[in-house]
Amino acid sequence: MSTPVPRVEQRPALLLDRVSKSFGSVMALKSGSLRMESHSIHALIGENGAGKSTLVKIIAGVHQRDAGTVELAGESVNFSNTAQSKDAGIAVIYQEPTLFPDLSVTENIFMGRQPVRGLRGVDRRSMRTQVTALFDQLGVSLDPDRPTRGLSIADQQIVEIAKAISLDARVLIMDEPTAALSGVEVERLFKVARALRDEGRALLFISHRFDEVFDLCDTVTIMRDGEYVATTAIEDTSVDELVRQMVGRDVTTLYPKEPASIGEDVLVVEGLSQRGLFHDVSFSVKSGEIVALAGLVGAGRSEIARAIFGVDDYSSGTVSVNGKAIRKHDPANAMGAGIALVPEDRRNQGVILDSTVARNTTLAIRRSLTKYGLLWPSAENDAARRWASRLEVKTSALDAQAGTLSGGNQQKVVLAKWLATNPTVLIVDEPTRGIDIGTKSEVHRDLSTLAGMGLAIVMISSELPEVLGMADRVLVVHEGRITAELDRDEATPESVMFAATHSKESAA
Amino acid sequence: MASAVAERTTVRTYRDYSRPWWRRALLTREIAIVAAVIGVYVVAAVAVPNFSSPITLTYLMLDIAAILLIALPMTMIIVTGEIDLSVASVVGLSSVTFGTLYQAGLPIPLAMLAALAVGAIAGFINGFLVTVVGLPSLAVTIGTLALFRGLAVGILGTTAVTGFPDAWTDLATSKIPGTPIPSVMIVFVILAIGFGLLLHATPFGRGVFAIGQSSEAARFSGVRVERTKLLLFVASGTIAALAGIYYTLRYGSARGDNATGLELSVIAAVLLGGVSIFGGRGALHGVIAGVFLIGILASALRLANVTSDVINIITGTLLVVSVVSPSLLAWARSSWARHRGNREAAGGTTPAPAVGHANPDAQPSQHKEKEAQ
Repeated sequence: MSTPVPRVEQRPALLLDRVSKSFGSVMALKSGSLRMESHSIHALIGENGAGKSTLVKIIAGVHQRDAGTVELAGESVNFSNTAQSKDAGIAVIYQEPTLFPDLSVTENIFMGRQPVRGLRGVDRRSMRTQVTALFDQLGVSLDPDRPTRGLSIADQQIVEIAKAISLDARVLIMDEPTAALSGVEVERLFKVARALRDEGRALLFISHRFDEVFDLCDTVTIMRDGEYVATTAIEDTSVDELVRQMVGRDVTTLYPKEPASIGEDVLVVEGLSQRGLFHDVSFSVKSGEIVALAGLVGAGRSEIARAIFGVDDYSSGTVSVNGKAIRKHDPANAMGAGIALVPEDRRNQGVILDSTVARNTTLAIRRSLTKYGLLWPSAENDAARRWASRLEVKTSALDAQAGTLSGGNQQKVVLAKWLATNPTVLIVDEPTRGIDIGTKSEVHRDLSTLAGMGLAIVMISSELPEVLGMADRVLVVHEGRITAELDRDEATPESVMFAATHSKESAA
Repeated sequence: MASAVAERTTVRTYRDYSRPWWRRALLTREIAIVAAVIGVYVVAAVAVPNFSSPITLTYLMLDIAAILLIALPMTMIIVTGEIDLSVASVVGLSSVTFGTLYQAGLPIPLAMLAALAVGAIAGFINGFLVTVVGLPSLAVTIGTLALFRGLAVGILGTTAVTGFPDAWTDLATSKIPGTPIPSVMIVFVILAIGFGLLLHATPFGRGVFAIGQSSEAARFSGVRVERTKLLLFVASGTIAALAGIYYTLRYGSARGDNATGLELSVIAAVLLGGVSIFGGRGALHGVIAGVFLIGILASALRLANVTSDVINIITGTLLVVSVVSPSLLAWARSSWARHRGNREAAGGTTPAPAVGHANPDAQPSQHKEKEAQ
């Protein structure tokens, strides 16, 4: 696999020891540790929410740690902003680079530190010579004079890397750089990464793809629930071992879904495709059944849900409820057929923060509350009161603004809005994200009860315990395709995680 | 199906409203504008000679009738967060259509229908460009403002069509028998009731507010955002055309440059009436009061021999104040709350109660949920 690299035994290039960070009451990082060596590519892996990104942001100076130590080449450092970490020789390349689209590749690389020549301003010739040399060094061919607008994500990352090298960064961090890259582009990126390693730099590579981790990296650090789990040399571990370390917790007893009598197919999705988002998605959900769409963030699960509900368009495929085809790209039509969607982004798509609890709750059923075509507040208040009390929304009055409610109560308002429509298919997208534990279990209880009443439920969740506890069936989505269908007893943290990180061919 | 969800031990009860009805009804921005209208009217009636005479009131209403009409759909458009700047040009285009067809020998009612149809088409063009093509309404209607005006002036040139039958021109300026109120106000009142109910007491109106407050959340709730906006632009064009017909008959003259600049008066009145330029907030009675406030001020000042420049300065200042005041109030309220917090912490005196609707539930919430990624 990777060639043995001559390792100079010395101080680590970057050392983090028991670093923690919390936002309000949420502990995003409990105890993060990391030891990066020069001449080495280090992988950082973990589930969504394991604290990887928080750790990276602390290294980059975006966030400031609450406790713990960070040492760069043996010196304790404390960055209060990104400029300081950059000056110290740390570069972070994000999944989606942020370049100035109208400036040229060269101008982007030298942004903010253009070489000047006497009084005549920016020394373009020197800039261009340096960039050409950089690209030669990296072994890539990119036109230094073209604007960055229209460059592929892969090329934009190369520009960011070139920028980092021109700053002589000793530590390079790549946060899921391959997520949007094609096979050839990944190969080129890896070539560049290996060249940088051999120059003696330390690289950190965050990825959900195990094949890449094994292909590229020398050592791997596993994180789970905001905590450091282990660091091992890549040749001493295996995919199974890594998955076990990433998941490693008891998840069987958390959210037991009550058994419900499962009936006929209600929602049938066939061959749903939309270029670049999801491809040939087919599944069905029976009444009384909870089907979970599991997978990594960005796998295309929310996009599939939005297409089914009609908020977004799709290029081919069909959606039907109880045998009746749903017109595409028309939420009102989908609602008429009995589909309800509790969206992922509660504050922008779920509730209207400036509107009242009553009006939020009755927005989707407002047409059925009219009398002679007119809608009076008393009708809205009556309906809202009924649903608010069923879901135990905690609010002082029905005319309180939704924005004044807590996140969990806002989510209850959204649920109330959709239950009021008397749906036959309920799609919930990350129903408990950002919600406190108590409200979370109430939401789970509600979903279980609703399934018991014969609703067909599609639950999108990035939390494995939730998926395993609630779902009758788990569909795993990987890069826009369903790569595995697991029954309740087949679904284990390992099997779901394995399917979520592998394309179908290798998973089979 | 939903009954089983209710199997909970605790039963919560909910009040419909957090404030008593009189506070909800009276302590609003709209009522403040209505009070201002009454106040200005009383002061003007006392201080300005001849202002209280019935004829002044008649002319006042004849002057603002076009603005009142156009303000009805404009209110709804601004509540959705869009704007229509082309209305005055549609008035001109409708006036020219009406006049030209009358001159060509068409009966008056048919010429009116044709003018209304032209207005509807003009509104449809705006709505199509905004909703289907997806351009910002500000840019679209600045463009069609020039386009429609250009068409109007291009058709008639600098000439005017005059010589409308007296029966029709008299009708436009006639009064309801026994009152100083012009008959055109009957048309306005009927339309105002229609638009008021549409905006405040129908599912369609709820959708309009939802779009203005969060068009994405509205879309996710099944509100047909594009269709709603398209309908509103068509309504705006049609009502502007109606105002164009009225304008033509009132002055007995169809001209391409009729009502130039009227869009600014309309938008000023709508904003003065408490409609948020950012969408999602406002009420029709406030807008109507806003139109009257501007109309009464202008009329009274003109009678008091104040020059039109000064009138513009005054109405302009009023508009700026009305647009800025909600932000200023919110700022004052939050800094007052901070101040009180400090003083109470220091064991100081309790300050006077908040003015206006300082309802704790309505405080602008600035929660930022920090989600552990």
